[in-house]
Amino acid sequence: MTARYYWGLHLGLIALLFAGHFVLPAYQHGNVARIMVLAVYAMGYNIAFGYTGLLSLGHAMFFGAGMYGMGLLSYHFDAGALPAMAAGIVAGVVLSLVVGLLALRTAGVSFMIVTLMFSQALAMTLVYFRDITRGDEGFVIPSATRRLWGMDLSDEAHRYLIAWALFSVVLIFTLWLVRHRWGRVFVALRENEERASLLGYDAFRTKLGALVISGTISALSGAAYALLFGYAGATFAGVQYSIFPLLWVLLGGAGTVLGPFVGALFMFYLIDLSSGVTDAYMLIAGVALVLLTLFLPHGLVGEVKRRLWRDLP
Amino acid sequence: MSVILQTRGLSRSFSGLPAVHEVDFDLPQHEIRALIGPNGAGKTTFVSMLIGRLPPSSGSITFEGRDVTALPAPKRVGLGMAYTFQITSVFGKLTCHENVALAAMRRLGGDAKAVEAEVREALTRVGLADRAADVAGDLSYGHQRLLEIAMGLAQRPRLLILDEPTQGLAESEIADFKALIRALKAETTILLIEHNMSVVMELADRVTVLNFGEVLAEGTPQGIHASRAVQAAYLGTGTEEA
Repeated sequence: MTARYYWGLHLGLIALLFAGHFVLPAYQHGNVARIMVLAVYAMGYNIAFGYTGLLSLGHAMFFGAGMYGMGLLSYHFDAGALPAMAAGIVAGVVLSLVVGLLALRTAGVSFMIVTLMFSQALAMTLVYFRDITRGDEGFVIPSATRRLWGMDLSDEAHRYLIAWALFSVVLIFTLWLVRHRWGRVFVALRENEERASLLGYDAFRTKLGALVISGTISALSGAAYALLFGYAGATFAGVQYSIFPLLWVLLGGAGTVLGPFVGALFMFYLIDLSSGVTDAYMLIAGVALVLLTLFLPHGLVGEVKRRLWRDLP
Repeated sequence: MSVILQTRGLSRSFSGLPAVHEVDFDLPQHEIRALIGPNGAGKTTFVSMLIGRLPPSSGSITFEGRDVTALPAPKRVGLGMAYTFQITSVFGKLTCHENVALAAMRRLGGDAKAVEAEVREALTRVGLADRAADVAGDLSYGHQRLLEIAMGLAQRPRLLILDEPTQGLAESEIADFKALIRALKAETTILLIEHNMSVVMELADRVTVLNFGEVLAEGTPQGIHASRAVQAAYLGTGTEEA
C-alpha cells in the first residue's frame, strides 16, 4: 500500500522534470539539466554515506575518475560517446574497488582521512601529468565524442533529455536498491555493525559492495558531466567536489532517495539567487546553511520522513 | 546423542590475566544447558569465543564436527549458530519488524513471503506481534530483550546462545520465556547464561558452573544446587572444602 505512494512520489518527480523540458525558460532549463547530473553524483554519495554510514571525504576521486576516464579516451583517441562513457564507468568501478579494499580497513575518522588522502593523490596526479591531462587548464571534450545516435549533445534540448534519462535511471535504481535486502543490510551496518555481523552478514564485503556502487554512480555522473557540458578539469577532482555531495545530501536528507536531488537543487538556487542580490552571496548562503542545520538537522526530505512519513525510503 | 559443540583447552587472557582457562566443554544436541557462575567468572568471554566475537588465546572450538576456531563470526552464524547480546543490541532506529526481518533475510534471501511469515512467527512467539511497526528504540527494556530473542529465533539456529535473556524482564514475561524455551527444545540446542536461579532450575537439562575462568562443576540442576563447592564459589565464604 505504502509502496504505491512512494513509487508515485518518485515517478511523479521524474514526470515533473520531464514536463520541465517543455515549460522551463531557457536559463532554468540549463540549470535543471546541470542539477540533475549533479544530483546523480549526490545519489551515488548517498548510498555510501546516507545508507551505509560511510562518511567519505574523497568522493571527488570517483567523480574525477569518471570524468577523466571518459575525457581522456575522447581527447586522445577520438572515441565515440558510448565507448568513452564506458571507459569512465570502468574507471569508477576499478578505483572504488581498489580504494575500498584499502580504505575499508579503517572506519570513522580514519576512513574520512584515508579517503581524503586518496582523493588528493588523484587530484595531484591529474595536475602532475599535464602532458596527458592538460593539468589545471583541463581540456574541452572534442565534438566527435559529443554525438550520440545522431544527436548533438551540445544542443540544450538533447542535453536536458539525456540528463533527465540518466537521473531517472539512477533514481529508480536507488529506490529499488534501498528496498532490496542489500540496501536493508547497508542500513543495518550503518546502525549497528556488530549486530549485523552477528546476524551473519559479512561487514567488509557488504561495505565494499556499497562503496563500489556509490563510486560507480559518482563516476557515471562525472563522465556525463564532461560529456554533456563539454569540459574536463582537475578542479572537479579537488576537495571542493568531495564536500559538495556531502552538503547536498545533508541538506536534502541523508538516507532518503529524494534528498540528494532536493539538496542539490536547493544549494544551486540558494547560491544562484543570493549572488543576484549581493556580491557577498556566500554570506547569505552560509547563514541559510547554519539555519537549516539548526532547525532541520535531518535535512529537508529527512524532516518529512521523520515527522510525516516514517517509511519513506 | 551427538555432540553439537565442543571446546578443548579453550583459553583467553587479557593482558596476561586469564579470563577463561583451559575449558573443555561438550554440549549434546537438543540439550538446554545453563552456564552459571559469579560475576567475572568468564561466562560472557567464553560464549564470545564460541560465536567468534573474541579470538581465543589458545584451544579449539568444534561445531557439528567442524573446527570453527578460525572462522569469523558471520561464517559461524552461517553454519547455524546464533547469539543474543547481554546488553541489548537491537537496531534502535528500525522497526521491530525490520529488526527481525534482517535476522531472517540472511537465511531466506530474497523470498519476501517466507521472510514475512518468519518475522510474524518469531514476533508472535515472544509476544511482540502487535508491536511490529514500533521503532525498536522506543520499546521498554524488557521488550527489547524479547526482540533480541525473536531475532535469535528468526535465524532458526541449530545452536542458540542466549546471554542473560531474562535480565530486566517482568515476572510474567519470565514465565512466558520459560514456556518459549521449553517449546524450542525440540528444534534446537540452547546454551543459556543465566543469573535467575528459578529459570536455571526449571529449564536446564544440565548446568555448567564457571568460576575464575575454569569449570568448577557440571551436572543436573539439582546436583549443582546441592553442591557445596558451588555454594562456596557464589557466597565467597571459605574454601571448597568448607
